Order: sequence, then C-alpha cells, then structure tokens
Amino acid sequence: MNITEKILASHCGKKEVAAGEFILADVDIALGNDITAPLAIEEIEKLKAKSLPHPEKIVLVADHFTPNKDKESANQCLKVKNFAKKYNVKNFFELGCGGIEHALLPEEGFIMPGNLIIGADSHTCSYGALGAFATGVGSTDLAFAMLSGKIWLKVPESMKFVYHGKLNDWVTSKDLILYTIGDIGVDGADYKAMEFEGEVIRKLSVDGRLTMCNMAIEAGGKSGIIAPDKITLDYIKQFKVPKGKVGIFESDKDAKYANVKEYDVGKIEPQVAFPHLPSNTKGVSEAKNINLDQVVIGSCTNGRLEDLRIAAKILKGKKVHANTRTIIIPATQKIYLQALKEGLMEIFINAGAVVSPPTCGPCIGGHMGVLAKDEKCLATTNRNFIGRMGDKESEVYLGSPAVAAASAVKGRIAHPEEVASRKKKL
Amino acid sequence: MIIKGKVHKFGDNINTDEIIPAPYLVTTDMKELGKHCMEGIDASFAKKVQQGDIIVAGKNFGCGSSREHAPLAILGCGISLVIAGSFARIFYRNCINVGLPILTSGEIHKNTRSGDILEVDLLKGEIKNITQNKSFQVSAFPPLLQEIIKAGGLMKWYSLNKQLESRK
Ligand code: SF4
Repeated sequence: MNITEKILASHCGKKEVAAGEFILADVDIALGNDITAPLAIEEIEKLKAKSLPHPEKIVLVADHFTPNKDKESANQCLKVKNFAKKYNVKNFFELGCGGIEHALLPEEGFIMPGNLIIGADSHTCSYGALGAFATGVGSTDLAFAMLSGKIWLKVPESMKFVYHGKLNDWVTSKDLILYTIGDIGVDGADYKAMEFEGEVIRKLSVDGRLTMCNMAIEAGGKSGIIAPDKITLDYIKQFKVPKGKVGIFESDKDAKYANVKEYDVGKIEPQVAFPHLPSNTKGVSEAKNINLDQVVIGSCTNGRLEDLRIAAKILKGKKVHANTRTIIIPATQKIYLQALKEGLMEIFINAGAVVSPPTCGPCIGGHMGVLAKDEKCLATTNRNFIGRMGDKESEVYLGSPAVAAASAVKGRIAHPEEVASRKKKL
Repeated sequence: MIIKGKVHKFGDNINTDEIIPAPYLVTTDMKELGKHCMEGIDASFAKKVQQGDIIVAGKNFGCGSSREHAPLAILGCGISLVIAGSFARIFYRNCINVGLPILTSGEIHKNTRSGDILEVDLLKGEIKNITQNKSFQVSAFPPLLQEIIKAGGLMKWYSLNKQLESRK
C-alpha cells in the first residue's frame, strides 16, 4: 500500500484498502471557516442536535472576510461564534487570535502525521505536508463530520512526483509546484492523491512543504502528501502536548501508483503562472515587460515566516516601484509577531509596502487589495482565475515571494537576480 | 434499487452555472430550484422532464463551483439518476450528500439517444436500453453510497442511524 492507503485503512478499522474503494472513515480534525461553516451550522440546527460528540476535534476559523468587511460578513462570523459557544467548540479562532486557517492549524499543533483531516475549504490539502491525509469537502460533509465524527471517502489512486538534483538560485517550493501544475495541467491529478518525493523534497522546510501540498488542488488533486521524516518530527516536537495521535506511515516499495513523474530541478528557473490558470506557467525570464499595478505577498500558500524572510531579504534597503502598490500579509498573528521581532516589518514599511493584518482578503477579491479594471497584479497566492482578485478585466500572475518582492521593486515581473546580489541568494 | 426513465442527453463539461444559474441561488428549496434546472443550456428543460427521467452526459459533469444547489435542482425537477462519463469531484460528493444517484460510464453516453428508455439496477450496475434492446454493465453503485442515497442524503442517513442506535 502507499502512504495514503495506509492512513485511510487505519481510520476505518481495516488492514487494507485499495484505490476505488468507498469507506466511512474517522475524522481527526474537521475545519470550517466564515464562509463554509454557516451552511453546515444550518444543517445541524435543522436537526436540533443538543450537543456534538467531539467538539475538541472541530476547528472554526474566521479568516476570509475578516476584519469583517461588511454587514453580511459580520453576520456570518457572528453565526459561527454563537455556534461555537452553544456547542462548546473551544477551537474558534476569531480576529486577534488566529489568522489564515491553513497556516494556523499546523502552527497550533492540530495537524499530526498520520491524521485524517477534512475541511470545508479546497486548500485543506495543505496539511499533507506533515504526512497527514487532508482533503477539501462541502458544507454538508462538514456538518456530518461535526455530528458523527466521520466522513465517507473514495480511496483515491495516487500519483508520485519525484524531484531530483540541485535547486537553482532563487528557486523555491512554489516554483516546483507551479512547474508541476504547468506540466500536468489543472486536471492532471483529478481525484488523485499527489505524493511528493525525492532528495529535493527531503531538504524542504515544513513551510516549503506546506506551499507544495497547498496547490495540489490546483492540479485537481484530492490531496497532496509528503511522508514524514526528521524535519516533520522536529517540527511537531514544539507541541509539548500534541492535540492528536501521531502515526508514522510510509509507502511500501511495491506500492501502486497511477503514474510516476520525475523531474530534474536543475532545469527549473523561478516560475510565473500567467492569467487565467495556475497551469499557464512559464519561466520568469519569459515574462518580459509586464508592468504591475500591485504585488501581494501572503495567503495560505506563501504567507509564512520563511516567505516573509525571503521577501525582506530582497526588499531590504530598497523601495518598491512608485506604480506598484505592495501589500504584505503575514498569515497568522504569531507569524506577524515573529516578523516584527526579526525586524522584517521595518524593512517592508521602509520599502514603501503596506502590512495588512492576517486575512485571506485580496486572495479571493474580498477586501484589503481588490483590483480595478485592466490592473495587473503578481501575487504569491494560488489561483489566478478570471476576476479572482477583483474586476473581471484585471489580471493575476502567480509567483514565489522572491519573484514578488523583486517585481515590486522593478514595477514589472522580474527575476530576483535583477534586484538582489548573488550573496543574498537563498 | 431499480430506476427506469427517459433519457435527456447532454455533452461534456456541463458546469454548475449551466445546471443552475447563479441568480437562483437565493433559495435552497429543491422544488423552486428544480424549475430552473439546466436553464443555462435549455430554458425549457424543466418542463420536458417527467418524474423519474435520467440525464446522460459526457465528461466532467458538474464542474465549476461547489454549490450544492446544482444536484438539488436536478433532483427537484424530477430527475432520478445521472449517468456521465466522469464527474467533477466536489459535485460527485454533493450528489451523494443530497441523495441524487449517479453512475460513471462513458460507454452509455456513446450508445444512447435522447428519448431512449433506460432501466438501471444500481446495485448490480446493469443498464438496459429498452428502446434499443441493448445491455451494458458498469461498476455497481458502492453499497455505502447506496445506503446514503436510499435514506435521501447524508443528513437523513445520519438521522436514521441515530434512531437505530438509540433503539438498540
Ligand atoms: S488565503 Fe486564499 S486560498 Fe487560502 S484559504 Fe484564504 S481565500 Fe482560500
């Protein structure tokens, strides 16, 4: 069996499961946010449930339209807050104590290797970075999981992606995943688990691994996963009292895969996904004369500490271009505070960038940086669909924090090398 | 579970905006949504459907947004089964969760015409085209999902199990 099959088998009381099989599995953590939880809450209220069996396994995060952007979003958040109080859900993260869900849950120790996590949000697949099975579902699934502690799942086929060689300067995990999606297309991994392997993956930090697994859904994947190793175990050591059971699984040598793809990363330069699909990727050197009205560094893909450090390295002592509004969004309060202590915020503000509180905000065209007609933006987010960040006639390009920071300085899409000296390379 | 009905045929990549256009998302009432089912492609579709009819479609049926209103609209207008070459993943889940039976088969799409009468045994995966006198075998509908569908969707299945448990 491969790692995904092993985790799923361990959650439905079976010795073995095979791709294609339907199972009813135990959920370790069920996640909802200010957009998707309200619908699930209505379902639960319809049934007049008096209590929930495992409120400690539920995590609710108000992150999409917070700080509340209008009356409607305020009411949605209030609904979630009242529900949490009524049903004793202690893990409700409101403005001020949380941040973007997919950065927050690993940071708070909710994700342990071998766990099964479902979330009513498509980027729930991020948590595979810690060797967990994690997938996005609908609101009814969330309601059912909150009530019963279970989820029905079809055991997915797996695809293996192996990365060999040595990374070029300024190439990060964001570039690897963009390159991969460019290679297989937005439905290249439809329904499947994407298993990432190889010596390059083994050297990635947990932050970098989260970025890779985060975008599995952009290739149609049901989940992304990286088998746990020393880096994973060192990361979870910070949680003195782990919130879940740790299960260390790895794929057998003879495990079955629908497909195996191998990449020589030495051939990959920093990547940019052109409008309007994440699979529309090119090397940054091919992105000539694309002037930018805005740069956004943040989101559940690239708003973690490692990302902010890279951006600061490039922006230190520089100014962002006069035509390019630059918004930096630390993904959680803890990341914000640490960045402050390390002096990163000072670098950003001196460079003329604005620092936003943790929020999804512009990533879904919600608030805090929405685009006008014909404007172009390079963002470290994960989707560049038509109108994703604002006006239907605006354009979003996706790239890494290094490319984003360099582009902010140049006012057009730029290679980090054009701005930072080689000494400063990653 | 045996389903018998007349076929309404569609092509590839039918998206959720075509199944139920966004302006109608202001309600979650199945019957109301049903009146506008498939309006994005065929404005008179809901009027043509008789209770128990079957939709046969090509690849990637239900792509687009994750709105649960789409399978609700299909159910609400009287469709009893959707057979498609493939389904978009979240749409597939949503169908089961609201209690709409679905089967995956590309062969049926190739070999069926609009107006044909099909008789389908969900449990065995047997499809008979009565009009053309042909039979097909597809992967049977998994027993777990059968149970959920039979109960009328995931939440109803949950309530049912709850009642059974409390009687034990
Ligand atoms: S940052 Fe963007 S992609 Fe991530 S959870 Fe928020 S809206 Fe979704």
